[in-house]
Amino acid sequence: MRIAIEGGRVIDPAHQADTVTDLFIADGRIAGSGQPPAGFAPDRRIDARGRIVCPGLIDLCARPREPGQEHKATIASEARAAAAGGITTLVCPPDTDPVIDEPAVVELIRRRARAAGQVRMLTLGALTHRLRGERLAEMAALKEAGCVGVGDGGRAIASSRVLRRALEYAATFDLTVFLTPLDPELGHGLAHEGQVATRFGLPGIPVAAETGIIARDLELIRDLGVRVHFGRLSSARAVELVARAQEEGLPITADTAVHHLHLSEIDLSGFDSRCHAIPPLRGLRDRDALRAGLASGVLGALCSDHQPHEPDAKQAPFGDTEPGISGLDTLLALGLRLARDGVLPLPALLERLTWGPARILGLDGGHLGVGAPADVCVFDPGAEWRVEPDTLHSRGHNSPFLGWDLQGQVTHTLLEGQVVYTRKERV
Amino acid sequence: MRDAEFLIEVMAGQLQDLLVRRGIAEPALVGVHTGGVWVAERLRQRLGIATPLGRLDISFYRDDFSRIGVNPQVRPSELPFDVDDRHVVLIDDVLYTGRTVRAALNELFDYGRPASVLLAVLADRGGRELPVEANVVGTRLKLPPGQQIQLVGPEPLQLLIQTAP
Amino acid sequence: MSATDLQVDRQGRLLHFLTVEGLTRRHLTEILDTAESLRGVAERRVKKLPTLHGKTVVNLFFEASTRTRTTFELAAKRLSADVLNLNIATSATTKGESLLDTLRNIEAMQCDMFVVRHAQSGAADFMARHVKPHIAVLNAGDGCHAHPTQGMLDAFTIRRHKPDFPSLQVAIVGDILHSRVARSLIHALNILGAGEVRVIAPRTLLPAWVESLGARVFHSPKVGLREVDVIVMLRLQRERMERALLPTEQEFFQQYGLTEERLALAKPDAIVMHPGPINRGVEIDSRVADGPRSVILEQVTNGIAVRMAIMSIVLGNHARPIEEDA
Repeated sequence: MRIAIEGGRVIDPAHQADTVTDLFIADGRIAGSGQPPAGFAPDRRIDARGRIVCPGLIDLCARPREPGQEHKATIASEARAAAAGGITTLVCPPDTDPVIDEPAVVELIRRRARAAGQVRMLTLGALTHRLRGERLAEMAALKEAGCVGVGDGGRAIASSRVLRRALEYAATFDLTVFLTPLDPELGHGLAHEGQVATRFGLPGIPVAAETGIIARDLELIRDLGVRVHFGRLSSARAVELVARAQEEGLPITADTAVHHLHLSEIDLSGFDSRCHAIPPLRGLRDRDALRAGLASGVLGALCSDHQPHEPDAKQAPFGDTEPGISGLDTLLALGLRLARDGVLPLPALLERLTWGPARILGLDGGHLGVGAPADVCVFDPGAEWRVEPDTLHSRGHNSPFLGWDLQGQVTHTLLEGQVVYTRKERV
Repeated sequence: MRDAEFLIEVMAGQLQDLLVRRGIAEPALVGVHTGGVWVAERLRQRLGIATPLGRLDISFYRDDFSRIGVNPQVRPSELPFDVDDRHVVLIDDVLYTGRTVRAALNELFDYGRPASVLLAVLADRGGRELPVEANVVGTRLKLPPGQQIQLVGPEPLQLLIQTAP
Repeated sequence: MSATDLQVDRQGRLLHFLTVEGLTRRHLTEILDTAESLRGVAERRVKKLPTLHGKTVVNLFFEASTRTRTTFELAAKRLSADVLNLNIATSATTKGESLLDTLRNIEAMQCDMFVVRHAQSGAADFMARHVKPHIAVLNAGDGCHAHPTQGMLDAFTIRRHKPDFPSLQVAIVGDILHSRVARSLIHALNILGAGEVRVIAPRTLLPAWVESLGARVFHSPKVGLREVDVIVMLRLQRERMERALLPTEQEFFQQYGLTEERLALAKPDAIVMHPGPINRGVEIDSRVADGPRSVILEQVTNGIAVRMAIMSIVLGNHARPIEEDA
């Protein structure tokens, strides 16, 4: 299959490229741009005039809910949503049921994802057996089975002793460790410890629940040389800590979820359970610092932290609802909104969604250089759409952005040179 | 506009006669908020009754709660005497459908069992929807349903007739 | 939609009573004045009004509280409503039937008002958001969020003793962090224009940003109780010790308990309040609780009148046809 994507504004952040040109794809890889390679005869042409052509998005944290919670969503349903959102690679954290702590689970997810076919679904292995934070998981076997890293699966390891051992062991096998810094005890709450939690009588999660763990982890990392990625930072102070560690030369990367850049504790007013997230939506100052961190590159990736839910999971008093936001459908458009708001230039934004996460994962991808896997996202940056249950592809409709008018809509998604999504024009 | 004070004078005469005929020496006067209380105060002075005045706010006894809800200006009811075996004179400004009187009687009986109840009103405008009649009437008026009659007070007392907006 | 938008219609009428926050002084004054009219009912031979005759009030208690439930029950019965008491163990809803299912089931019984108590903040809001429009929801305490009828009965009791609100100094002492009573009372006093609301507690029992509620913070009763007109003591739950918020009850009593010596710091005619049930010797000394300045039992009596007032106002507003916008 040879495809020519013609006349689009091709933005390839890895190569600092931003030109209106043609992109050529052959045999699942990027074959060239500008002038077609010798003898290139496309089987299919995609008219990308007025559109942006960029590498397929790489989402560092999305939970397809399978295996274990198929009543919320499935690999097949969320693979479709990813493709519709221009996401070609997503990373599934290990807190599935069963936990990704043995190769069989990795294999199961790979098989299901391959059957679904619309997205490259990567897995993180568990750092500890059953994610209990007590015994190490078989990280070497998990790596051999295909895990791109190991992580705590959203449950920070309370024991510093166990964590230190886990980091050492992961370093032995050259695994990147993905941590979510939230103190399991101090972080036990429902909302950011601020004015809103005080007014609504919701148990607060102080910023120190995040920063205390980061500070500890940084000290543990210092001598080990292990690559650590902090996922889903939520506070200004956390960005500061990570920035300082990066300046010191620690091999640290970090990301944040896109909803933390658009929402704050104020959005919890009226006990809106759609805004129930962990880590919690924090203050406006935190939101602004996260935005600045994304712009400066301290936060090298922007992710969806996709957590689809069935309606019942959110239909209860706030504290009885499950945390998490369905985000695959809105990742790109909410990111573009940041670029439009002047938070960071469009190429930089796309870098945080493609090349940035690719580097964190150590993937050959996230760029449009010749020979790279042809994972491509074509989108219409001006296309307006309203977030509604009808316009969401994910099975989870638990989005606090329902009713928002967004700009930017994917028209084509290519995975390894295959068109896996084409937007149907509404009649 | 009617001279309310004159009508109260008329009422006082009628009431005095009635009490004598019935052999009631010391009745307890009870006004229905708001206009009824003004009238009752004046009657009590004219008749020289020692028993303190009772006041009823029938807001919680209205039969149209399910249509109009609670009156936001509701005042406490107070009957500063023992109702049991007392001869009570219930006093209101205007007698119309009879529903207020029914509500007032219901409330009165929740305080005790009076020996008897007489009804005295400043103006009877007809239009009864319940079998209620006054024993003492200051004036009788025939008003079409579109018109309202209202006692304005407390100083001076004026009986106003208005066309409903 | 905020709780305020949820409980007040476009004409400003109360349709539910979920929180004091966001209401106007007019709303609160109407409740207090109506309660004043209802206070005498308890002294009559027939302690009953026909106002809610034929209405059904359901006490939906997901958290056990015999005392609060009883006062709501009595309030509804004194208004001639039929009362259904449902004590629903929280486990039944978290494990099996959802709150929404419970709600739909009881709704199907043709009720007019839900009185809801629930351990989760926001539970009453949730109910109000999902009930059919003819049903009124009264919050009888949701998590640490609000207990608005208690806040109103406290304000009512204060007003009967200290009607001059602009010069009023009120101190609330104890576990503010977990207290829905404190939150509702702070809002009520501020809306009614009280001179100053103080909160007195160790840092572990104060929420972050408590000043933003409209209260001045003191850590020492020696300073905080000086010249106040009203002292509200809050109940201290035993589990606070287990959760490492306080060392012992004894230390709490020594530092914060209301004794006669501490009471002497307040104005000579200061009143002492407590939402009950009281822990003698933990937050309050028996001599103070039973002493001449205590209005604790009066609060209980007033609670019935205030709840009657709120029930009749809210149900009355449901009764009136809602004028649609042209």
